[in-house]
Amino acid sequence: MTEAEELREFADREYEFGFVTDVESDSLPPGLDESTIHQISKLKGEPDWLLEYRLKAFRHWLTMEDPSWSKVERNSIDYQKIIYYSAPKPKKTLDSLDEVDPELLETFEKLGISLDEQKRLSGVAVDAVFDSVSVATTFSDKLAELGIIFGSFSEAVKEHPDLVRKYLGSVVPYTDNFFAALNAAVFSDGSFCYIPAGVRCPMELSTYFRINAAGTGQFERTLIIADDQSTVSYLEGCTAPMRDENQLHAAVVELVALEGATIKYSTVQNWYPGDADGVGGIYNFVTKRGMCKGKRSKISWTQVETGSAVTWKYPSCVLLGDESVGEFYSVALTNNMQQADTGTKMIHIGKSTSSTIISKGISAGRGQNTYRGLVDVKKGATDARNFSQCDSMLLGDRCGAHTFPYIEVRNPTAKVEHEATTSKIGEDQIFYCNQRGISTEDAVSMIVNGFCKEVFSELPMEFAVEAQKLLAVSLEGSVG
Amino acid sequence: MSGKKENSMLEIKGLCASVEGTEILRGIDLEVKAGEVHAIMGPNGSGKSTLANVLAGREEYLVDAGTVQYNGVDLLELAADERACEGIFLAFQYPVSIPGISNAYFLRSALNAIRRYREESEIDAVDFLELVRSRMDLVGMDEKLLHRAVNDGFSGGEKKRNEILQMAVLDPKLAILDETDSGLDIDALRIVAEGVNKLRKQERAIIVVTHYQRLLDYIVPDQVHVLSEGKIVRSGDKSLALELEKEGYSWLQADDAKAGNNA
Repeated sequence: MTEAEELREFADREYEFGFVTDVESDSLPPGLDESTIHQISKLKGEPDWLLEYRLKAFRHWLTMEDPSWSKVERNSIDYQKIIYYSAPKPKKTLDSLDEVDPELLETFEKLGISLDEQKRLSGVAVDAVFDSVSVATTFSDKLAELGIIFGSFSEAVKEHPDLVRKYLGSVVPYTDNFFAALNAAVFSDGSFCYIPAGVRCPMELSTYFRINAAGTGQFERTLIIADDQSTVSYLEGCTAPMRDENQLHAAVVELVALEGATIKYSTVQNWYPGDADGVGGIYNFVTKRGMCKGKRSKISWTQVETGSAVTWKYPSCVLLGDESVGEFYSVALTNNMQQADTGTKMIHIGKSTSSTIISKGISAGRGQNTYRGLVDVKKGATDARNFSQCDSMLLGDRCGAHTFPYIEVRNPTAKVEHEATTSKIGEDQIFYCNQRGISTEDAVSMIVNGFCKEVFSELPMEFAVEAQKLLAVSLEGSVG
Repeated sequence: MSGKKENSMLEIKGLCASVEGTEILRGIDLEVKAGEVHAIMGPNGSGKSTLANVLAGREEYLVDAGTVQYNGVDLLELAADERACEGIFLAFQYPVSIPGISNAYFLRSALNAIRRYREESEIDAVDFLELVRSRMDLVGMDEKLLHRAVNDGFSGGEKKRNEILQMAVLDPKLAILDETDSGLDIDALRIVAEGVNKLRKQERAIIVVTHYQRLLDYIVPDQVHVLSEGKIVRSGDKSLALELEKEGYSWLQADDAKAGNNA
């Protein structure tokens, strides 16, 4: 099949990942108090220090208020109605993939994620997270030969407690914000990754998140540590069934790059966006932050946000090490009633630090798209550089695009550049494509893809194709 | 006159069209056969570009009355992309840019869309490149333009050559050139016109819309029609264009008045 055909096929579908897998699951009853946290911790067989950490976070959370400053409208969340832990049965330790519930393997196959190592052609190692737990990780053994640790967070707590304890909460403390505190209290699983000094990770590491059970929230936690002079590229994908109620996804991702290390973190977010009238869909309230701790370290975020009813997140970089580099490349698409308030924070602390922000917002239907970003150059950050470019594209006249760039500079040697454009997809562009035989749907897809090119070119090859298809699907019905 | 000959490709009858409530075409009758080149001339605002856009199916142009038969089908029933797939090509007066999409990718997408419509197999990247290269010589275009974004930052001459390259690759049955000469210097004009001449063939009809006679020195038409205030006021052979060149468009009003008196 050619790309155009694939795109067309995708464009003809509605949200295709909306199915529910029929597996038995162990769930805690809905509701949240200290006993819930004790139970989660006990179910996971956690050490006391982690339980303590959770409880401290929970007590802090109780003192906080659900924030309302973003430019999104949403239903208030009843935190007592959420199920905080749900795991597919049987919950025994898995020695190999053969023991994974075939229903689950099939689910991931359906999502295009083959967990069968034999079948995987490309060099991607996958950690599959289903509701609250990691169900399988591929290529762990091969990676272990290089000293790379890649697997579920729960496993890491058991097998590498020192590393987890040292870095957990070091970039995003539980006091950071309301959802980060909630996550620290109730997080169930997620991925953990450690790249030893001098190692260049030979394959893409990937986590695939799937919410399945009704009424659950997903609170995963990801921690990636790249030791001195190491390099890693990490991918994250996510889907959820179609349900009428809003489901909360409040993840925390922490990245730590030590001296000379590079972390590239890519996300293709395709949570269920709700129906055309805005019923249902995921509330995607995520805290993602990377710390460029060492000299000449680099953290690069690339995100393609097409799903979720509401997306609210700012993958950020703290540029602590001298000459460290932060990058943020983002495509956010909102169609129908979707809302996105996303952007980044680049905190320049070290000397000669530099950052790049490229944000592409696409609004269709009655979608609302907000870029909100902060470039913060601290006093000691001599010779800091930033370049920001925020472009918005509007499809139709019922949608909105908003840009809030905040710039705070406390060092006079800083050079900060900001460019912003807003364009409306042109009737003349569409007619031009039509006149060459290209259908309107394909034309819109093509024009939007062209608009996003600078971001897509940052994605690993495999994801770039997926991202293009996703845009086509998400734009379905946006032109009439 | 027996208007319905077998090889009549395009038959326009009593075509009236308006843009945003303003009536522009007021009853056009025109018949074009395969293998012919027709020139549509006329002063600014006479409706030349409107006619070109109506034939190509631009939505902002509303057809108020009349019929257009194209190879036996009711053209007005088809959407713009379907018309393109049926073999109608419009070389734009102002080619549109599409940032981020390479010229090659765009052209291959277009060609494959048309091939799919005709239930032909799609062309792969290798065969496509070979085809494009063979056509590029026609318009003397530099291959690096293939890899640049569609018309993005192209000079006026590059854009017009690009239109003719697209025409050469998409191989239409009916090509409409909308003021392809505008904005071209004499050298560029000659190159573009020579490209068009090489694309003349027995199975293809070409409608050249132009304000000036000079393009017709290079692309010699079989018939010339003069459009004024939304109507064809005179038709003739290529000598009509020369006559216009000498006398300008001012005589049209007088001529119109005469026609009015006769009626």
